[in-house]
Amino acid sequence: MLGTGGGGDPYIGALLATEALRRHGDVTVVTLAEVPDDAVVLTVAMMGAPTVMVEKLPSLDEVVAPVHALGAYLGRPVTHIACAEVGGVNSTIPVAAAAALGLPLLDADGMGRAFPELQMVLPTLYGVTASPLAFSDEKGNTGVLQTVDNSWTERIARVACVEMGCSVMISGFPMSGAQAREALVPASLSRCIEIGRTITGARHEKADPVQRTVQLLGGRELFAGKVVDVQRATTTGFARGSARVEGTDGAVTLSFQNEHLIAEAAGRTLATTPDLIMVLEHDSGEPITTEGLRYGQRVRIISAPSDERWHSPDALAMVGPGYFGYDIPAHRYDGAVELHDTPTTAALGETAA
Amino acid sequence: MHIGIDVGGTNTDAVLMEGTRVLAGVKHSTTPDVTSGIVHAIEDLRSGHDFAGADIEAVMIGTTHFINALVQAKRLAPTAALRLGLPATKALPPLIDWPEALVEAISAKSYLAHGGYEFDGRPISPLDPDELRAHAADMKAGGIRSVAISAVFSPVNHDLEVEAARILAEELGPDVAISLSHEIGRIGLLERENATIINAALRELASEIVDGLTAAVRRQGIEAPIFLSQNDGTLMDEDYVRLYPVATFASGPTNSMRGAALTSGLETCAVVDVGGTTADIGLLINGFPRETSNEVKVAGVRTNFRMPDVLSIGIGGGSIVDVETGEVGPDSVGYRLTTEALVFGGSTLTATDIAVAAGRADVGDASKVAHLDPALVQRVLDRIAERVAEAVDRMRTSPEPIPVVAVGGGSILLPEELPLFGQVHRPENYAVANAIGASIAQVGGEIDKVYAIEPGRREHALAEVRAEAVDKAIAAGAAPQSVAIVDFDEVPIPYLPGNATRIRVKAVGDLDMGA
Repeated sequence: MLGTGGGGDPYIGALLATEALRRHGDVTVVTLAEVPDDAVVLTVAMMGAPTVMVEKLPSLDEVVAPVHALGAYLGRPVTHIACAEVGGVNSTIPVAAAAALGLPLLDADGMGRAFPELQMVLPTLYGVTASPLAFSDEKGNTGVLQTVDNSWTERIARVACVEMGCSVMISGFPMSGAQAREALVPASLSRCIEIGRTITGARHEKADPVQRTVQLLGGRELFAGKVVDVQRATTTGFARGSARVEGTDGAVTLSFQNEHLIAEAAGRTLATTPDLIMVLEHDSGEPITTEGLRYGQRVRIISAPSDERWHSPDALAMVGPGYFGYDIPAHRYDGAVELHDTPTTAALGETAA
Repeated sequence: MHIGIDVGGTNTDAVLMEGTRVLAGVKHSTTPDVTSGIVHAIEDLRSGHDFAGADIEAVMIGTTHFINALVQAKRLAPTAALRLGLPATKALPPLIDWPEALVEAISAKSYLAHGGYEFDGRPISPLDPDELRAHAADMKAGGIRSVAISAVFSPVNHDLEVEAARILAEELGPDVAISLSHEIGRIGLLERENATIINAALRELASEIVDGLTAAVRRQGIEAPIFLSQNDGTLMDEDYVRLYPVATFASGPTNSMRGAALTSGLETCAVVDVGGTTADIGLLINGFPRETSNEVKVAGVRTNFRMPDVLSIGIGGGSIVDVETGEVGPDSVGYRLTTEALVFGGSTLTATDIAVAAGRADVGDASKVAHLDPALVQRVLDRIAERVAEAVDRMRTSPEPIPVVAVGGGSILLPEELPLFGQVHRPENYAVANAIGASIAQVGGEIDKVYAIEPGRREHALAEVRAEAVDKAIAAGAAPQSVAIVDFDEVPIPYLPGNATRIRVKAVGDLDMGA
């Protein structure tokens, strides 16, 4: 749900977490309030192509290795694991890492949703950098990067990632407990569990899972209709494209780049990144990924607020519509236009986290 | 002339065909043993339209034996799953997400070994023959009779699967069957591997069934080649079935849809099969069922088989009607229709009663529904038509108009004209449509791979893949001049460098029956 159409199929991540829990026992989850100020917190995530990960399945070794490497580099024992991205495959990999490492896991994450690039996390706004960042493959190769900025981290790690087979585990964004408390999105793992319970509970009670989800997330239902057209670009490494959904009251166009970024109706913008846009199966409420969209699906489009800090000018410059190449101001989940929007600042990112 | 036979869970249908013309059709209860059902069916065809054994050019059979064996976890061989991929993949070994009972039913053993490829074809690690020999010795000691081999990215390069199979065959001897994942499934290691393990577990049964079917047909003096229906409606010969029994899994619904289409003369259409409890809606494109794009669970195991995409809604002849709301189903009296429906003297208002009251059907005692309010009857029929039309609309892949073919005992519930779609086609010979579907003599070849397409070389790459699929269809027995590409799909893969693209092509041609 929080993958907002991207982030990869969580199936493998869920299997990996389940297997790690079976082998290593339960993981202790701690809230941000409980983290000591001097804790050493690292994020763990998969970097590369989710399509590769469903073929070259991970081993637990490469999940553990970058944390050990980074702990050694920092010269301090790592005390807590955190989730960088709570949507898609990366939502459950930190669970596997925490189990295999025997470390507590924070009930928090860096985004409160999914985004495609490494630096697109709230800690970036607090001056926490991805570097030093460690990455490992299944063969035992491990690297630690100390870079001048996030963009260099992304560029160098990406080249290494491709060489290593396009699916590596990374650990980075070293934070103290105090920094983590300030910078992360609180209670996001609890939220995931609540969303799951809400949907399965609604199905069980024959209630409407979509409506219940909207209530839980404090969002709104934008539209209900049928997918009548899906356009995908074939020229880049991104799942970039658009989809048109028609219903009894007109049509909505969705623009996506891995994640859903913009929902528009008759030239009117309904919502944009950084707020959340999700496409759900009409009756079951099952989220549909941007890769899984196809003609004929009966869907409902919903939006929900993102963490308030994503709406600052600096944040919008990093994850607003302008950054992704759309020349429109950011709109909140309820359609309100952001006051401080930024012009198109950068070329499209071609990087992946 | 050729014969089509569909062995279903309940009924065995058979037809004698001359081209696409039905000379005779029969229906029987399915027998527990394969052979006697086939023998009876052929004998009955002969009494309907006499023929000599030599007149028959081919016998096509659709069977649910294999999927039933898996679902019932019966008659499965002790099976080993060997995966080449170390040091990758070891957190999630083969059989990881299988139901416990099925793992026991195949006395499964799971092995990991070095090997496999990266997405771009570079090796992950070299094969270690000693490691494989040690695994083989353990399989031997464990009484394993069938082996499934999978390798990481074998759809990109299958050399290591083939090489590992050679080494295992040396150690295990010719009586242990070996199934290779690149021949069975597509990208998605666990799903492809699962399908391969299922195939391996069915290999012994496949030989038994094929021997039984062949013996039964030969006993009728028919020496013609025998083919079985695959999930997509194309045929495979008996040698192929022995190797890939898993490819028969969805032939039941596929044959039903293709039979309905053939008898209606439509190549591209939506088929609505209305039974007692559900209406099943599928789509035929150029004579072949549209397939699901998602993972499919079979007997609790996640696979990526190509299965026809069928949408079931809870409307059938036995569906219970709510007198207050006029809503139909999903509850149904099912097989108790002939005792519980009003027209049969029962006390439950069913969809069949509505059809009789409206004069659309003449079953049971119409006087028992004469009291129904005509407005209610009309409201129920309108609601059924509306819901079926919506389901068909949900299934179609584009806004283009598409003809609708209605089949099945419950199709009396459907009007002559369906909202959005117009006239409803009702073919003859529906009772034996499954067997007619099985008798359609086409064979195919399919390619599904990830390609790194260099700039400016796209057309060239696509032409190569198409040619490969055509060659595969010809190798399967298609008359070369009849082969055409019936399905083509190109999906760019996110986050991979070098414009990695997954390409799927299916070529199909008419079976060369003279050969």
